[in-house]
Amino acid sequence: MSAPEGTRARRRRESTPASIPAVRRGDALDVADLPSYGFGTRSLMWWGTAGMSTIEAMGFVLMIVVYFDLKSRSLVWPNEGHAPDLFWGTVNVALAVISIVPNIFADAAAKDHNVRKVRLWMIAFVVFGLALLGVRYLEFLHLNVRWDASAYGSAVWVLFGLHTFNLITNYLDSVVVAAVMFKEPIDGKRLVDVAENSGYWWFIVLSWIPIYAVVYWGPRF
Amino acid sequence: MSAGSGSLSGLGSAASPQVLRERARVIVGRGETMLDGAGWGSQAERALHEAWRDEPGLLGFLKTTDHKRIGRRFVVTSFAFFVAAGILAAVMRMQLALPDNHVVGPDLYNQIFTMHGTTMMFIFAVPIMQGMAVYLVPLLVGTRNTAFPRMTACAYWLFLFGALSLWTGFAINAGADAGWFAYVPLAGPQYGVGKREDIWNNLINLSEAMGLMVAVDLATVILKMRAPGMSLRRMPIFVWASLVTSMMIIFAMPSVMLAANLAQFDRTFGTHFFNPAEGGDVLIWQHLFWFFGHPEVYFIFLPGLAFVSSIIPTFARRPMFGHDAVVLSLIATGFLSFGLWVHHMFATNLPEVGKGFFTAMSLLIAIPTAVQIFCWIATLWTGRIDLRTPLLFVLGFFVILVLGGLTGIMVGSVPFDLQVHDSYFVVAHLHYVLLGGAVFPLFGAFFYWFPKFTGRMLDERLGRWQFWLFFVGFNVAFFPMHLLGLAGMPRRIYTYGAETGWGTLNLIATIGAGVIALSVLLFIVNVVRSGFNGARAGDNPWHASSLEWATHSPPPAFNFVVLPVVASREPLWTREADEPTHVSGLSAQTREGLVTTVLDALPDVRYSYPEPSIWPFIAAITVVGWLFWSNMTETGMFYGLIPPAIAFVAWYWPTRKETVEQLLLERKP
Repeated sequence: MSAPEGTRARRRRESTPASIPAVRRGDALDVADLPSYGFGTRSLMWWGTAGMSTIEAMGFVLMIVVYFDLKSRSLVWPNEGHAPDLFWGTVNVALAVISIVPNIFADAAAKDHNVRKVRLWMIAFVVFGLALLGVRYLEFLHLNVRWDASAYGSAVWVLFGLHTFNLITNYLDSVVVAAVMFKEPIDGKRLVDVAENSGYWWFIVLSWIPIYAVVYWGPRF
Repeated sequence: MSAGSGSLSGLGSAASPQVLRERARVIVGRGETMLDGAGWGSQAERALHEAWRDEPGLLGFLKTTDHKRIGRRFVVTSFAFFVAAGILAAVMRMQLALPDNHVVGPDLYNQIFTMHGTTMMFIFAVPIMQGMAVYLVPLLVGTRNTAFPRMTACAYWLFLFGALSLWTGFAINAGADAGWFAYVPLAGPQYGVGKREDIWNNLINLSEAMGLMVAVDLATVILKMRAPGMSLRRMPIFVWASLVTSMMIIFAMPSVMLAANLAQFDRTFGTHFFNPAEGGDVLIWQHLFWFFGHPEVYFIFLPGLAFVSSIIPTFARRPMFGHDAVVLSLIATGFLSFGLWVHHMFATNLPEVGKGFFTAMSLLIAIPTAVQIFCWIATLWTGRIDLRTPLLFVLGFFVILVLGGLTGIMVGSVPFDLQVHDSYFVVAHLHYVLLGGAVFPLFGAFFYWFPKFTGRMLDERLGRWQFWLFFVGFNVAFFPMHLLGLAGMPRRIYTYGAETGWGTLNLIATIGAGVIALSVLLFIVNVVRSGFNGARAGDNPWHASSLEWATHSPPPAFNFVVLPVVASREPLWTREADEPTHVSGLSAQTREGLVTTVLDALPDVRYSYPEPSIWPFIAAITVVGWLFWSNMTETGMFYGLIPPAIAFVAWYWPTRKETVEQLLLERKP
């Protein structure tokens, strides 16, 4: 887009990243034609989610620090109970990684403004998430230690519980976002919510991998 | 540009979704919505008033998302708790004024010093600084509200309920009593019996949730909602300090929240994090607490520096000397503050390398503060000084802070620290730093921005009296504590024998505390009197340079009738020829703002703010209910989460009105 007359050359070079830039009218900068929402870093919700994810990541990191501090102070680890069974935890790593797929498609469909496809992939994700939650329940049954047995048990349960809390929160979040997709009329901001929800899911999955490593392999080394 | 109105109401709410979509699509040309861009007194201004008005009555009070109302509430509430905690300090001073005194007994004394410290740090210092930022930052960057206005509202309610629950506990003899840093095992299940420390842990959860929510909110406003043209290099120092503080909060506060929850799990569920008999570790509490606690000192202190950097250029009548150096110093302080926490733990068993590292870091952080002090001195030196009350408090701040900083360098070295650890020397040091670094600038800031908050000036004569009483009273109260500490008086003792010889200095300190109380009383009188009868302020009574002074005092609900466009660091002092002066084309009939790019603040996206809502208030109540339920029974930890889940979904659930408005203004990216 070419800049309107009367603007300085410098301003012309600094074209806005918007598809329709702000235009100069007299003393005013007219923004009436700017988009009313944007995806990714153009959305305020992206920044809010990034901030909240950073806070939660800090919580995970500090809890892992606590885990290894306690481990370093113990001659045997686990100092009570046994290491968790590997099977269900490893299954859940696989499921978590696969669950990114419907999210990627939902994200892309939202950016495409294809509501039908968004609905499809959100439902796929919600169903898939149920499997994830079910396996998470089985993981709890195979932790092989009680939280009040020893410092080891406490650390495992809280680290595991913190991630589960986030998992359930984001799952419910996805259910609500999916439900809104069936509430006509749908405005563009809600499609941004779908994209942000997918972005947050990446955080849930990516944070699961180090936490899995600590919970399942920490007691084995 | 702006045409007739009425299209919003004309859309009707009874129509079917398909019809609505169609009609909205037809109107999407936006020609029929009234747009802003015309100045005060225009038809657009009247539309803005209508769009941004809170409904009257109690419901409007609870639903409001106006950052100015919420910011004012933060300031007033936390100041009230400052007075309450100050009264506790006065009781402590009366108890200690004479040897073998019997004003309060040991158990109540433990509760009083814990309540004093906890209140001052968690319910006064952090919230009042964040409250000032909630009020000022959107005005300073030239936008109409915070990025997530409902979250701002919810944060306030969480904080209020947390503070009230702590003080309710105190009123029924369940006041926290393990010190403001609640060391385990004293605060653990073995020694901290009863509900006292449960209530303390709840307060930590609520106040830190508040702090984190406000931090994310402010960081987003600062990075994404600045007025067009306000590139990072043109951003006011106050805004820089708020950004750095918010970032520090995001990385530091999770630590104390995690610690408080681990302690609570030990108390409720019988976990063993801090129980050495079962492989737990008490020192990890201290690490987690101070990994938050030391940055906390700086996120109380950086806003104080920001007040100073706002006040000095205004009253020196020139731009800040070394603006870039000041900004870089703030950023450096933010980073360095994360490398200091272990200096609170020099009396624990530490590796020698650790002692050396944390001593070095403790000394290093003096450098960026010194850089700022030299920049302020240079600004004053080369300016034309107008010695009004705000500047008076800043000059007082110089003296007190430098003294506190010097004792800071002393206790930063391990051998000296071991001598004075847990003595009144530390009490003196921390009060010099916190009152000098935060409360003196804060009073200056009150005098400076009171005209913006209320439209009226505070009385200068009363202000001068207050300043001198505060300055003299402060030194009389706290300087003797250095000597008491060197003479061996430990902190947190409820009385001492006459043979110790500490009586005289303690009596002097108590007299000083009385003078401080008198000074705070004068301030309250001044606020009440001036609030009703003060001289009218006008938009810009100090002839200052930043954007908050570009609108009315107090600002209308929508802040600016037209969003400003910025072409320099001092937009009200300089006018660039041939640059646009304001934004036009935002909807005047709905709550709309502008999102700009991070580095250069180029206009990017229009943004519809959410409408006021009762759900943030209800969500806050359900969260508080969950915490207390989880203190009572183990199952409350889980079932208690159901009400908040419902409240948060209801908060998000889009209403038809919002959707229709959004569709009406919609333009795809």
